[in-house]
Amino acid sequence: MTETANANAKLNEKYDAHVARLQELLGATVIKVERDRQNVPIVWVKRDQVVAALRCAKDTNGLEYHFLSDLTAYDDVDGVDEGQGRFVVVYQLYSPQSKTRLRIKTRAEDGQGVPTATVVWEAANWAEREVFDLMGVKFDGHPDLRRILLDVRWQGHPLRKDYHWRKYQLFNDPEPIPEHLLKEGL
Amino acid sequence: MPKDGSPEILTTTVDAISNWARKNSLWPLPFGTSCCGIEMMAVLSSDYDMSRFGAEVVRFSPRQADLIICAGTITMKMAPVLKNIYEQMAEPKWVMAFGVCTSSGGIYNAYPVLQGIDTIIPVDVYIPGCPPSPEGVIHGLMQLQRRIQTGEYSKASRVRGRELGKLTGGDHKS
Amino acid sequence: MKTENTDLHLNDPDEIFEDARQYMNIGPSHPATHGTLRVMVRLNGETIEKSISEMGYLHRGKEKIAEHNTYHKFIPHTDRMNYCSSLMNNVAYVMAVEKVLQIEVPERTKYIRTICCEIARVIDHLICLGIGAVDLGAFSFFLYGFHQREEAYTVIEKLCGARLTTSYTRVGGLAMPPPDDFFLALKKWLDTFEPVFNEMDNLLTENKIFKDRTIGIGAFTKEQAMAYSFTGPCARASNINIDLRRDQPESGLVYDKVDFEVPLGKNGDVYDRYLVRMEEVRQSVRILRQLSEKCPKTGPIWCDDKRVVIPEKERVYNSMEAMIHHFKFFMEGFDVPPGEAYTAVEGPNGELGFYIVSRGGPMPWRLRVRAPSFYMYQSLDPMIKGQKIADLVASLGSINIIAGELDR
Repeated sequence: MTETANANAKLNEKYDAHVARLQELLGATVIKVERDRQNVPIVWVKRDQVVAALRCAKDTNGLEYHFLSDLTAYDDVDGVDEGQGRFVVVYQLYSPQSKTRLRIKTRAEDGQGVPTATVVWEAANWAEREVFDLMGVKFDGHPDLRRILLDVRWQGHPLRKDYHWRKYQLFNDPEPIPEHLLKEGL
Repeated sequence: MPKDGSPEILTTTVDAISNWARKNSLWPLPFGTSCCGIEMMAVLSSDYDMSRFGAEVVRFSPRQADLIICAGTITMKMAPVLKNIYEQMAEPKWVMAFGVCTSSGGIYNAYPVLQGIDTIIPVDVYIPGCPPSPEGVIHGLMQLQRRIQTGEYSKASRVRGRELGKLTGGDHKS
Repeated sequence: MKTENTDLHLNDPDEIFEDARQYMNIGPSHPATHGTLRVMVRLNGETIEKSISEMGYLHRGKEKIAEHNTYHKFIPHTDRMNYCSSLMNNVAYVMAVEKVLQIEVPERTKYIRTICCEIARVIDHLICLGIGAVDLGAFSFFLYGFHQREEAYTVIEKLCGARLTTSYTRVGGLAMPPPDDFFLALKKWLDTFEPVFNEMDNLLTENKIFKDRTIGIGAFTKEQAMAYSFTGPCARASNINIDLRRDQPESGLVYDKVDFEVPLGKNGDVYDRYLVRMEEVRQSVRILRQLSEKCPKTGPIWCDDKRVVIPEKERVYNSMEAMIHHFKFFMEGFDVPPGEAYTAVEGPNGELGFYIVSRGGPMPWRLRVRAPSFYMYQSLDPMIKGQKIADLVASLGSINIIAGELDR
């Protein structure tokens, strides 16, 4: 039991140090800092400066969050997390050097665009397509924002809270092949 | 041959022989999508050998196969593909709905999942289970063979499931 | 006479087709795609110039289903995500819920869960290597591996009654304690498995044909792999030293009590991924032997928290409160306090993560599954650019895409 307590204490020190460093580097970009149920820091940033925040977390010596674990979003339709914007886009980061995690969150209204993270990590490409597909959040500057999990002809964004979970849509012919993409250059 | 076309002893014997030949040399098209695909592979491999029943030659081309084994969840995106492949198969052809996802949608009653392949293609034998145990699959295959032998597989007698129209956009209670 | 139209050509000495391009669709129903994937390629002769991969043919809406079901009802859904190693998904999910609840399980449960994870890792690697070999033509390797999988199924059946879709773990414990002869059966399986695995190794590792088809194919450098968020054996084959078993001692599994090594590759090509997976199977067998010695054979398997544990059957049948508790537990579920957590474990394919956002109540507000195959399938397009069509099959097999977790 004490081993896990020790490990947790060490992790908490690292989290505190990293959060302090981020706040000092980003300044006004950071709206607030919270902790989740496992004490991992959650940093809320302004929507138009999210790429700068991600770059800062990735490239600073001492932070080195080189790994984008996950990019997702959830629908805060009730407004329980205070802030401007219905959708909360979540970036989960992992640092292999210090073995710590960080979560960066930002908010977007329905119709507003979030700057794309593909300029920082290539892995964000499909993750953002999935968020667009299921939630309807647009990403500005994304190379190829189209539906990925559902048929391109699907209407609506299923993971939103106002889409009924049993609303089926059946198509009679297979999906059209995106010819223009193949015919383009390398 | 009588004027009303009813079969006589010559045609029934030929029918019996040709049905026997067909049931013992089924060429399956393994249309495996998800977890049932792994169980289907397990049935096709050496422990629960399906080649004992003649269904050894798996052909991935619909033009060369006569039994399509739909194993795994069929989603709305995959449904037109399945229909396309089914229509490319030549008669006589049979359809085996392997697992509950293909029989009725399984545990997924949600927006992207087709609630049973019998909404788009006619099915000959349903094998329930999630995934069905290999013994159950072999039982299902033997049922299909029995149906082929008795000649029950004609188009008129195939089961046609519920119309999807009643499900698409209809009343969706939670 | 060749024209000077060089903007679309890749310097291929065999090129005779000049401007002629063929567009090929390796469709969702194909023997060489693992599950329902679709790759559309633009070919110049046999060389792939550009490819577009499509997914979503198995999207079953699990994340939406999770928002309408209680936490326990989602456990069978986790089985069916990475269906080749369902025990691992069960363990990862219940650990994620326990982290949001902030409860700890007893030692015995941790040991048994770690054993489940390692068995799942062995069978997943067997299937990945087997199918990869079948795609390249080596059929016996696949059959040996599959037979050992069947033997492992017998062991898993002893533990929880099901072969493939196990649903063994519960939030706060396990569904049932392992039977008395489970560890004996496990040891017997490990003893028969090792010589067969050595034989499988002899078949392919030094095989000239296999090496010709896999060395240098689908190579990904360390920087590329980091940019594409590679995790698991594919990342370690590209020399990225991340292994969440070793790096997360506070996770709730007992990897810090056993010794094992983490194999690393150099080039990140298909051969390295094969070697890393083979070595990981050996290390997993080593871990399993140590765990089956150290695991406590008696003791509680449920945690103490009364919110998540169902009352004992005797009390349910004899006392009114316990019966009501039992009823409400199964009909309505248990309440999880508001909060969120992201829990990741080292799955056989990579980092399997669950991000659970709870707003109180018995159902999650958002349940996100971070599937390792999703991030690795994305890298298929740059991986095979400029290579031959036959190499696409080899690369696809080495990434180990399980359509169930790719599309959820």
